Amino acid sequence: MRMSLNDPTFRAIFWQVVVIGGFGLIVWWLISNTLRNLEIRAIATGWDFLTREAGFAIGESVIEFEPEHSYGRALWVGILNTLRVAIVGIVLATILGTLIGIGRLSKNWLVSRACSVYVEFMRNLPLLVQLFFWWAMFQDAFPGPREALQPLPGLFFSNRGIKMPIPAEHWIHAWMGVAFLAGIGASYFMKRWAAARQAATGEQFPVFAATLGLVLGLPFVVWLFGGAPVALDWPVMRGFNFQGGLTMTPEFAALLVGLVTYTAGFIAEIVRAGILAVPHGQTEAASALGIRKGPMLQLVILPQALRVIIPPMTSQFLNLTKNSSLAVAIGYPDLVSIANTTLNQTGQAIEGISIIMAAYLTVSLSISVFMNWYNKRIAFKER
Amino acid sequence: MANGHSTAIGGPSSGGLMDSKAAQWVRANFFSSWWNTALSLVLLYIVGKTLIWFLGWGVFNAVWYGPAADCRAAKGIGACWAVFPEKWRFILFATYPYDEQWRPALSCVIFFALYVYSALRVNWNGRLPLVWIVGLLAIAFLMWGGTFGLSFVPQERWGGLVLTLILSTFGIALAFPLAILLALGRRSHMPAIKTLCVVYIELIRGVPLISLLFMASVMFPLFLPEGITIDKLLRAQIAIIGFAGAYLAEVVRGGLQALPKGQYEAADALGLSYWQATRMIILPQALRMVIPPMVNTFIGLFKDTSLVLIIGLLDILNAAKTAVSDPAWRGFGPDVYFGVSLIYFVFCFAMSKYSQQVEHELNRDRHR
Repeated sequence: MRMSLNDPTFRAIFWQVVVIGGFGLIVWWLISNTLRNLEIRAIATGWDFLTREAGFAIGESVIEFEPEHSYGRALWVGILNTLRVAIVGIVLATILGTLIGIGRLSKNWLVSRACSVYVEFMRNLPLLVQLFFWWAMFQDAFPGPREALQPLPGLFFSNRGIKMPIPAEHWIHAWMGVAFLAGIGASYFMKRWAAARQAATGEQFPVFAATLGLVLGLPFVVWLFGGAPVALDWPVMRGFNFQGGLTMTPEFAALLVGLVTYTAGFIAEIVRAGILAVPHGQTEAASALGIRKGPMLQLVILPQALRVIIPPMTSQFLNLTKNSSLAVAIGYPDLVSIANTTLNQTGQAIEGISIIMAAYLTVSLSISVFMNWYNKRIAFKER
Repeated sequence: MANGHSTAIGGPSSGGLMDSKAAQWVRANFFSSWWNTALSLVLLYIVGKTLIWFLGWGVFNAVWYGPAADCRAAKGIGACWAVFPEKWRFILFATYPYDEQWRPALSCVIFFALYVYSALRVNWNGRLPLVWIVGLLAIAFLMWGGTFGLSFVPQERWGGLVLTLILSTFGIALAFPLAILLALGRRSHMPAIKTLCVVYIELIRGVPLISLLFMASVMFPLFLPEGITIDKLLRAQIAIIGFAGAYLAEVVRGGLQALPKGQYEAADALGLSYWQATRMIILPQALRMVIPPMVNTFIGLFKDTSLVLIIGLLDILNAAKTAVSDPAWRGFGPDVYFGVSLIYFVFCFAMSKYSQQVEHELNRDRHR
């Protein structure tokens, strides 16, 4: 190898050494500055603060939390709150977005136009403005609990949030959950068995109906065995506020409504593009082969549409999760909000921000690993 | 769009009125089947009712001008637009010195002129960067002042619409070169450079913008040597540039990947160096291909600048929020946010329509 910049191999090594060296120098400079600044401000780095008493209350929490509990537990409450709003939001946004995406393709002019207007508005307004708008609706426009709006019996909107009836607590609910999971497991094996049988004998099996029966039917049977409890826990006005029922605080409700309506605008476009991506010839070819409507959707249309839909859809789910961090602006105690309080109280800025970033990176990177695996699995196998 | 379905109408036409084109269109689009008819009627009812309510609330019963007491009297019946004539100077310019507010106003005009100038395709030539540099320097001079008889205005007092425009425009303008370098780096054959770029892009794209803004607000001061401080606006601007750079880089990479391999090989065959080929052959074609997704990224970034509110900068949204926290006007949040959202909508909608038009024109070029 000649030691000259005209030699490609030498040049590549030379530039890489220069870039890595420069990068290393900058990092070293930043770290040394940081260490000196921490020394001057007498901030002790480390994770000891996690076990110290938090001393602040959290508005709402999935697990029990008192101000005497530690910062570590407070951050865990934040992670759970983020997951709660993200999971509920993803489910609702997918449903709403799919409906609107299909609606945009409707032959009914009014339906397709209404859906287009919705999509244009949602995509062109900042989420934060929408969140503030919904939050202000709860704060300023909705009446107090005594004059709460009641669009449906038992459903109340007031400045204390949303109240709705839920099934009264019953020991059978836990078993219904177990039956639901068992149904999902059983339908997986049923599907494999049906595929193997069809490959061997050519006989078909109503997989879709059987799956529905297993996943929904099993919990229903369990519910019947539990004596079919139908009692509901209704929200009732007592004193100055409601008792009982399911409560959504104004912060949670505003965040959820904002995230769902905003993300649904993007999901609608993805669904529309996915449906348009399957050429009409595919439907015609399938009917020419004598495939009936149900299996056609399952075997021909959906596999092709989903190949287009799923990758951008996952990135929308990821966006929704990341956008839930805007909760800090309207006071919902998500991870970012609690980490922010923690770093303001303790001065542990570096640790606080590292926790936020680590939590989101874990979710993002694991989803992208899954996506890469999925993309490889569904990629067209050209023979 | 759905006009092609007029064949779906059943039954013979029964005379004068029903034969007209409009009636056919209405039948095809609204009443082609009983299910369609039901859907149309239900939706017509909902849309009609909403429109009537909205006109009543937002136009006829709204308070357009007057003191806050008038708004309180109309609360629940009509919107309170009176807050805008009262507070518009604060919402647009925030805490900029009152007598000097012509300066941010003029800056906004220069921004608009720059946008319009760059949107016209005849101006897409070597002069464009020059025009931008001159325009941005003029804005910096107007906003800061301190020379030629203009008084100095520190960055802490900047705010309102001009702050939103500064954050988004400088964010895009400076993120762009960063994005090109990152995208080229990610496709580089040198493993060290490639790894560095991949790690940067994935790291930034994996975390929410808020965490970067928090970092800019509380961690940047620790990174700098003793005695040197940079103000909050600049720190937020750096965070936004770094954030936008990672997203734009992925868009640019899409263009680089979509370019046929022959273009790279032809450039090599001509004996061009890497940078010559990149500048003259690769980038002009690759960037042209990704204009629509690039504009989408711009729209996203424009919307995302509203997040600086969380670290306490007075952008237009925060100015509006501050305006309604005035005790006299408290309680009119939905009205004010509705008004401000229209400003965002105008900008974003214009960008998205523009990108659709450019996409259309570019496709026409390609088909010729």
